[in-house]
This record gives sequence, C-alpha cells and structure tokens, in this order.
Amino acid sequence: MLLAIDWLLIIEKFILIVVVVLVALGIAMYSTWAERKVAAVMQDRRGPNRAGPFGLFQPLADGLKLFFKEEIIPNTSNKFLFVLGPMLAMMTAMLTSAVIPWGGKFEIAGRTIDLQIADVNIGILFVFGVVSLGVYGIMIGGWASNNKFSLMAALRAASQMISYELAMGISIIALMFITGSLRLSVIVEQQMNHTWNIIYQPIGFLVFFICALAECNRTPFDLAEAENELNFGYHQEYSSMKLGFYLFAEYINMFISGVIMSTLFFGGYDIPFINEAAYGNVWWITLLGVGALFTKAIIFVLIFMWIRWTIPRFRYDQLMNLGWKALLPLALVNMLITAAVVLWLNK
Amino acid sequence: MNVTEILFWILSALAIASALMVVLSKNPVHSVLWLIMVFFAISGHYILLNAQFLFIVNLIVYAGAIMVLFLFVIMLMNLNTDTEPQKNKWLKVAGVVAGGCLMLVFVAALKSSGTQQVQMGEGNIGLIENLGKALFNEYVLPFEISSVLFLSAMVGAVVIGKKGD
Repeated sequence: MLLAIDWLLIIEKFILIVVVVLVALGIAMYSTWAERKVAAVMQDRRGPNRAGPFGLFQPLADGLKLFFKEEIIPNTSNKFLFVLGPMLAMMTAMLTSAVIPWGGKFEIAGRTIDLQIADVNIGILFVFGVVSLGVYGIMIGGWASNNKFSLMAALRAASQMISYELAMGISIIALMFITGSLRLSVIVEQQMNHTWNIIYQPIGFLVFFICALAECNRTPFDLAEAENELNFGYHQEYSSMKLGFYLFAEYINMFISGVIMSTLFFGGYDIPFINEAAYGNVWWITLLGVGALFTKAIIFVLIFMWIRWTIPRFRYDQLMNLGWKALLPLALVNMLITAAVVLWLNK
Repeated sequence: MNVTEILFWILSALAIASALMVVLSKNPVHSVLWLIMVFFAISGHYILLNAQFLFIVNLIVYAGAIMVLFLFVIMLMNLNTDTEPQKNKWLKVAGVVAGGCLMLVFVAALKSSGTQQVQMGEGNIGLIENLGKALFNEYVLPFEISSVLFLSAMVGAVVIGKKGD
C-alpha cells in the first residue's frame, strides 16, 4: 500500500479545521462590530445602528465594501511580496488554532473524537513559534510597499515584537515549572482536576497579558499604525481585501490570544465550579465546555477593546523601556521565585 | 516509497533549491527570505526524525528571531542593486576557492562516516523530555560553557554599542 491512511481520521480533522477556521473568521467579523459598539458606549455615542437590528449586518456590509474596492498594486513594489504580506499575516493568525484544545471528547457511533486538531507534545512552543513568525507578514508587506512610512512602521513592529517576545517566553517558562508539560491538553486537564494556573502565576499572567497586547499590535502598543506620525502605518499602500486581510488578522490574533490565555491560565474548557468528570463524555457537557472556553476568550477580547479606548498610545522610548526595563526583569524574578518554590516543595 | 520518503525528497529538493536561490538572487532581502525557506525545509526534516523539539526551536530561534534581525538590518541599510558597489574580481575568485574548500571538507567528512541507517519517524531522542535529560546530565558542562560564551558575546556587543556615548 503506497499511502496507508486512516481516512476517517483525515475527514474528522478536516471537518474540525473547517469549523475552527469558520468560527474564528466569524468571531473576528463580529469583533469589528463589537469594537465600534464598545467605542460608542465609552464615548457616549450610538455606534453602527443602520444595517439590520443593532447594526448587526454592519460587518457584512463592510466586508462587501472591501471586496468591491479597486485593487491597487503600486508600480514600484515587488508584486509577489506585496501580495504575500497579507497572506502571511492571515496564515500565521490562523495557524495557532491547530494546537488549542477546543473542548473535551465527543463520542459518535463508538468513535471518540478529540476537539483538538493536533495534540503535539510541544504545544505551547508551537504557539510561541507561530507568534514569532507573525512579524513576517508585517515586515514583508511594509518593505514591498516601497514607501518610507510603511517601512518605518514595519521596522517598529519588528523591534516591538522581538522585545516583547522575550518577556512572554520567560513568563511561559515559569508556567512550565508548575505544569511540567508543554502539551496544551495536559495543561488544561491539570487545571480541571486542581485549581486554575492564575492562582499560582498571577505575575506571570500579567506579563503574558501585556505582551499579548503588544504582539497583537493593539493600543497602547500600536506604534506600527500610529497614524499621526506614519500616515497610516505598514498597510498604507494596501487597498481592497488585502487591506481587509491585515485588519482581519489583527482581530483573529486578538481572539486567538484570548483563547490561549484562557487555556494557559484560566482552565481552558473547564466550566467553573462543576466537576465534568462526574458526567463522563456526555455531548452536552462537552458543548458547554466549548462554550465556557469561548466565553472566557470573548471576555478577554472585550478587555482588549476596553483598554484600547481607555489608554493612549505609548511613545516609542516608553515602549522599549517598559519591555526591557520593567517586563523582562519582572518576568525573570517571577521565574526565579517560581523555580525556588517548586524546588522547595518537591524536597 | 512510503509517505515519509516522499516527504524527505520533497523537503530535500526544497532545501537545496532555496539554498541556491539565497546565493543567486541579486536582492539581499530576497536572499534572506529564501534563507528562511531553507530553515523551514530543514525543520521539516527534524519532524521526519520525530525530533519535534528541535523542529520548533529551529523555527523560533532561526526563522523567528535571527532572520527577523537580519531582515531588519538589511531593510534599514536599503541596499539596491544599482547603488551596491561592484566587488573586486579577485575577491570573487577567493570566495569561490574558499567555498570549494569548505565543500571538499564536508564531502570528505561525509564519505568517511560511512552509511548509517537513520530512524525515520520513530526513535524519541528528539522529544523534549529525553533531550532535556541528556543535555542536563551528560552534557551539562559544555551546555553551560556555551551559554557563558553567548553571554560574553552579548556583553561585548553592549560595550561596543555604548562606546559612542
């Protein structure tokens, strides 16, 4: 047999991938609507309210508008890289969802189905790796635009991401001391049986949260698209759906980082105060677990929006000072204390 | 040929073709992007060897950090093919000779090592538990010394960077 493949497994994973991608896209779509509504509430306005009830069809209208806009590729830019930029941004935004445990197990016709696309034993490092590759979409797009403002924005984004990745990685190391595993499904199971990791790692979570804001290029860290200094930022030369991809990737990143924070620190698909193991693999408990994960993630997305409309943008030197002189030492101290405590308790 | 072998040949072809493009492309930014492709292909080989930890560390360190810095510096320098000064002809010859010597050493080393069967898709030395135990038990001294080497390089860079003030 040339290609001995378990076809049922392939079909099952394929369906799961399609569902996860569609759900992530749908949530990103409605995040744009929620962002405008949150902004409106905080500024005492009404926000979008014309298209459909409560303006609910607004994202559809926006998407349609982007598709019908004229597509402009600047004459001097490298065309291949210019198109590759938004593609990479979108791809790296979606790729992380592959290792996230979205829920417990289903049983259909005697076949147990895991609600996780790939249960690799380096799960969290995979997330970290994809995040570190995420900067290429912005850098390539900014460079291929052949515009000095785009290039400046791309370089800002790159230096910001590299600076904040360090503190993020160290806060993850401190978490690893406690879990003892890099497998995301094991981390969630441990939290279901004991307490959530946020109890043990509050400082680690704080560092991780701030770094996640920076990695998503969200205000107060959105120096890559500081419109009053850089006109528009790294996507200045983009139009039509290519611009839409960049904006969309930001919202997908927000949602996925919310999911990852819930998985690492807030129990993942664990329903608070309920012992799921007592019910076994009942389908509605699994669905409720998935709902719990989404609720937690959406709360994080709303917190991101709340921060965006509350805190003004940092200056560039403030950004670097915060990353290197505040977050990195804090993460290192947290790591050392965690290591000492873990060592002491094990003796 | 099973799936692993097919993947091996695809990845090897990709790695060699990308490596050639690193040398052949005129634009330095394109060279860096091709080099990233090489790293991806090599990381794919690690997966075939079931060394998942090496795969992801290769991506994080090389593709995710070092190459971003390379790209960063090259984009800042704004190198164009027109403005780039033409190198001396003898310098090119010297480069070819040096590269040829390196290749000769590699070929000789590979030839003397003999053919060994590589475990594809099995064996778990590359998994994180086993690698960690090997690094911190048997190889702990070289491991720590190499980290001191990196630290000294970092301190040196900071000292050179501070000199201007």
